[in-house]
Amino acid sequence: MPAPSRSGPAVIRFLDVHKSYRVGGRDVPALEPFSLDIADGEVFGIIGHSGAGKSTLIRLINLLERPSGGRVLIGDVDMTALDEPALRAQRRRIGMIFQHFNLLGSQTIADNVAFPLRLAGARDEAAIRARVAELLARVGLEAHADKYPAQLSGGQKQRVGIARALANRPSILLCDEATSALDPQTTASVLDLLAEINRELKLTVVLITHEMDVVRRVCDRVAVLDAGRIVELGAVADVFLHPRHPTTRRFVEEALPEEAAAGEAPFARVPGRILRLSFRGAATWTPTLSRVMRETGVDFNILAGRIDRIKDLPYGQLTLALEGRDVDAALAALRGAGIEIEELPR
Amino acid sequence: MTAPLLTTLFPNIDDWAELGQACLDTLLMLGGSLALTVLLGLPLGVLLHLTARGQLAPMPRLNAALAFAVNVLRSVPFIILMIVLMPVTYFLVGTRLGIRGAIPPLVIGAAPFFARLVESALREVEHGVVEASQAMGASTWQIVRHVLLPEARGGLIAAVTVTAIALVGYTAMGGAIGAGGLGDLAYRYGYLSYKSDYMLVTVALLVVLVQLIQALGDWLAARSARRRGR
Ligand SMILES: Nc1ncnc2c1ncn2[C@@H]1O[C@H](COP(=O)(O)OP(=O)(O)OP(=O)(O)O)[C@@H](O)[C@H]1O
Ligand SMILES: [Mg+2]
Repeated sequence: MPAPSRSGPAVIRFLDVHKSYRVGGRDVPALEPFSLDIADGEVFGIIGHSGAGKSTLIRLINLLERPSGGRVLIGDVDMTALDEPALRAQRRRIGMIFQHFNLLGSQTIADNVAFPLRLAGARDEAAIRARVAELLARVGLEAHADKYPAQLSGGQKQRVGIARALANRPSILLCDEATSALDPQTTASVLDLLAEINRELKLTVVLITHEMDVVRRVCDRVAVLDAGRIVELGAVADVFLHPRHPTTRRFVEEALPEEAAAGEAPFARVPGRILRLSFRGAATWTPTLSRVMRETGVDFNILAGRIDRIKDLPYGQLTLALEGRDVDAALAALRGAGIEIEELPR
Repeated sequence: MTAPLLTTLFPNIDDWAELGQACLDTLLMLGGSLALTVLLGLPLGVLLHLTARGQLAPMPRLNAALAFAVNVLRSVPFIILMIVLMPVTYFLVGTRLGIRGAIPPLVIGAAPFFARLVESALREVEHGVVEASQAMGASTWQIVRHVLLPEARGGLIAAVTVTAIALVGYTAMGGAIGAGGLGDLAYRYGYLSYKSDYMLVTVALLVVLVQLIQALGDWLAARSARRRGR
């Protein structure tokens, strides 16, 4: 199955990187050795439970954490080999937003957004004002330029964070749990904004979360992090529809509460073979299922199902019980129509 | 009109001009020593903060040395510090007496205290904000100048206020061993000559001074909080 991706060559490369923290005289590993490429223009998600090492991983990208071993490349620059001034210059090309926004409370919104410009040496106040206005317009906060962060809502603060992160026209945007402190509706609007930025500015976005729903809405690819290891990596549609690692399954179930609610052996009393059908893209909108069932004379009983989107890709997933003589023929016909089928244990 | 009233109330005070001069001396000592204390204590506090473990420029040895020096100076009672420092004072300003003689021990006594207050005000700044600035490519100096100090403004104003009030107390103590000012009057006339109305008036003036300093500090702090939209 081709990964839905508009991505180019790797812009972020982890080469055999590992990271340990020194705690009480002992080295405690936070990330086991791994290699990973993040492609130009993609939205790359990193999902994992608390303490899995997500923040550590994302902070290795701008070297807020120095790797204990291995190399981190941005484009063809080896971040680990830079001296302080060169590192600071590189960091200006990488925007970052945070769970708790981390705005300067003593500065107005406009000054917060202007801050990275001034740090980078901008002195032309008229040019700074113009750039700040442009950025605030992009995140929909034109009217709030002269307020202070304490006067804004969480969602608005994160929009300020985004405007600030974009100020120096970075090529990469790092998001460390950028929506974890927001309510569902605000989360959706911030994610929409991130997706829009990714699309329009061709920015590579690396996004950390502990919610599969965030990954499903905006990411192209996802890495699942469990206790310092990447246990699953792939296109979001593949990982979401066919999770393999137990941790991934748990994340997917959290995003699909009806499946989790079904419990361990939900179909014990249902006759027939239990199958999970996954439709992607165009297959979601064609009446393939009813046609195949009519042609093969197989009876079906719908046990669970949903139709939704993974980023821009419509998908459907149905759990069916099939009964009849020609179940195998029906399955072959469905597969032939591009529907993915898994047989579930009962 | 006022003078006869004051004379009836405080019969032993015969030289009001002397009292006025003492007030002025106290204010001069306070102003001079506070300015120098901030000038010396602020960088010291910043250094204490930056070199601590987990901060921007961790240097455990330097930090431990500074902390030790600060603690030593802070554990010596001011009146003893003043006596011990007499040779140093003489070397620095050419006299052990008067306003000039008082300023070096006042500064050396108050700067470590102020530095600690600065350090704890800086520690109150959210680490996330510092980290965000690092991620934006800020240098340590830029972070101190544009993040730590402005973000800690409220705490720093409170630190200056508390230090100024402590210095009022120190100047009064200094008066007893030749520094002049209100403490000197209270000691010479109020204590040695049993003119208790001197004592009363100087105490009243010191209370008023402390209240004024606190009110000014509170006002500045409130203004800075308002500027943050709180
Ligand atoms: N500065 C540090 N010193 C020592 N140990 C650390 C440090 N930072 C992180 N760790 C440890 O490294 C591991 C990974 O931490 P990390 O912050 O990357 O997790 P996370 O996935 O971001 O978790 P969360 O979802 O809670 O933010 C944890 O066990 C944590 O205790
Ligand atoms: Mg984290």
